[in-house]
Amino acid sequence: MSRIQTTFQRLQIEGRKALIPFIVAGDPDGELTVPLMRSLVAGGADIIELGVPFSDPMADGPVIQRASERALTKGMSLARVLDIVRAFRTEDVVTPVVLMGYANPVEAMGVAIFPDAARKAGVDGVLVVDYPPEECVAFTASIRAAGLDQIFLLAPNSSGQRFHDIAQASSGFLYYVSFKGVTGASHLDFDEIARRIPLIRTAAGMPVGVGFGIRDAEIAKKIGAVADAVVIGSRIVEEIETSPREQACAKVETFVREIRVKLDELAGARS
Amino acid sequence: MANVQQQYSYPDARGYFGPYGGVFVAETLIPALEELRGAFETYRNDAAFLAEFENELKHYAGRPSPICHARRLSEKLGGAQILLKREDLNHTGAHKVNNCIGQALLARRMGKPRVIAETGAGQHGVATATVAARHGFECVVYMGTEDMARQAANVYRMKLLGATVVPVASGSRTLKDALNEAMRDWVTNVSNTFYILGTVAGPHPYPMMVRDFQTVIGKECLTQMPEAFGRQPDMVIACVGGGSNAIGIFYPYIPCENVRLVGVEAAGEGIGTGRHSAPLTANAKAGVLHGNRTCLMQDENGQVIETHSISAGLDYPGVGPEHAWLKDSGRAEYVAVTDTEALDAFHALCHFEGIIPALESSHALAQAMKVAPTLPRDRLLLVCLSGRGDKDMHTVAERSGIQF
Repeated sequence: MSRIQTTFQRLQIEGRKALIPFIVAGDPDGELTVPLMRSLVAGGADIIELGVPFSDPMADGPVIQRASERALTKGMSLARVLDIVRAFRTEDVVTPVVLMGYANPVEAMGVAIFPDAARKAGVDGVLVVDYPPEECVAFTASIRAAGLDQIFLLAPNSSGQRFHDIAQASSGFLYYVSFKGVTGASHLDFDEIARRIPLIRTAAGMPVGVGFGIRDAEIAKKIGAVADAVVIGSRIVEEIETSPREQACAKVETFVREIRVKLDELAGARS
Repeated sequence: MANVQQQYSYPDARGYFGPYGGVFVAETLIPALEELRGAFETYRNDAAFLAEFENELKHYAGRPSPICHARRLSEKLGGAQILLKREDLNHTGAHKVNNCIGQALLARRMGKPRVIAETGAGQHGVATATVAARHGFECVVYMGTEDMARQAANVYRMKLLGATVVPVASGSRTLKDALNEAMRDWVTNVSNTFYILGTVAGPHPYPMMVRDFQTVIGKECLTQMPEAFGRQPDMVIACVGGGSNAIGIFYPYIPCENVRLVGVEAAGEGIGTGRHSAPLTANAKAGVLHGNRTCLMQDENGQVIETHSISAGLDYPGVGPEHAWLKDSGRAEYVAVTDTEALDAFHALCHFEGIIPALESSHALAQAMKVAPTLPRDRLLLVCLSGRGDKDMHTVAERSGIQF
């Protein structure tokens, strides 16, 4: 059983929801990424989503785009992201790490080489934003062969057939995009999410995480009431962007803890 | 729309031209692309739609555009005859309007009241703002701040036409970043918005759809050449950034095996300097950008690198996937000319023919001027003069040390 599945199983037994914070590897610099990952865990993260910076992050809003630019300016690359995960694993063998990024850096490394390299570094899952299932059949097969989970996005307007195809291709969990837009925007339709998530979970037979647009602990709690996992990205990246370097870890940890506390108010209360 | 083609039938159902093309986008855009694909499939063979498209091309854009013999220039070069397909004479001054007219008609039939576009040189932005005004659409155009500085007149033109021009200051602040931003707008406002993409790039069906709307250029040439010059050309030459004017004039000639197809990329300061926009000529690796797999200028880590060209319209790190395929399959050949060579061609056409060409089109012309002297006088080189150069006055003057 994968580290991601083990994590969700444990949380289900505890009646708790998964908190999945996102940061961009190499933002503000490569040296601070492992300390930031540890702060996320200290604040109560269950799974870490680590952004692999790309020059043209089409599905991201301005906050994550700026973070990607900062990271690339400092020379971050997919190979160095794997080094970061390897360094993180020297002290943490429990917290799953999911790499989130775009197809081109993966293809530049080689779709045949990347899955094994990622597994050896200690990566648990990958989410390639611009790889819909039908465009990456061979990649998905080699990801599975390496024992990793591949997470796919599911959109509010995905058709029934697509939902079926995406659920088939996914493992670990499904990532439901909470609205039509890019990361970091701010208009959620809670009723729609509350209606869709239970249907998706039942049909797919795997946990469902919700992300894009979750900006504070109250929203996280409302989403957590229906979803299995809450993904928070832009708000955490904003904390890093606006904090002096030496305070970034503490700021991030405090922010994640606030959300953890709110989410845990749901513990035991079945959705 | 494309009965001309017999053996050549690309893209396939999934939008692939050989190994290039496809639909590499976030899931949130898939439903929008499915809707667009469905609408285009319906209307590309709809008689009323095609009649309206043709009518607009004729009475609004001023088509057909003539083919004009560059007599003095050819004489001066002393070799093959240079013929100019005059897309610069279209309404708005470039070939871009052909595609915009088609997509705007599609947008209206799909009930989308708002259109968005990306623009590099500003020609596609102006053409989009133009058709938006004609249909009463709300119009937002994304443009890199670097390009806004280079093409200030076009920015004002778009505003006059009622469009909102949104400056894009991320990345290299050029066409590719404008395209990223337009995609973000589309994914956010997908229910009421039609994205009028300006070139044969992007996710399927854009490379096919933009091509089909632009093939009017080549179809006219197929008829005009025998009428005016007694036969088809020996060579068709067009500039390639994304490659929409080139595919528009090449496509109907693909089955004509005796016609050489030559795409001209921007060599900028020289292929060897790395400061260029010529992924095909420089044999760039395939990569994924803006929704398709194509030849892409990138570093060893798969990051897209900054490109350079004196012409904003060619300043793009990728190229339409069909061009990558035409190169691999050997049906078309691709070369590159430098900023300096393009400028020389620009001045030559002004001087010898009284035509001020766009800097983009000057690249195609420069290639024709290179090969013409090496060929006999009875050979015919058909150059796609994709746009006029009014927008480039500042750039050219600056190069000559002139301030307005």
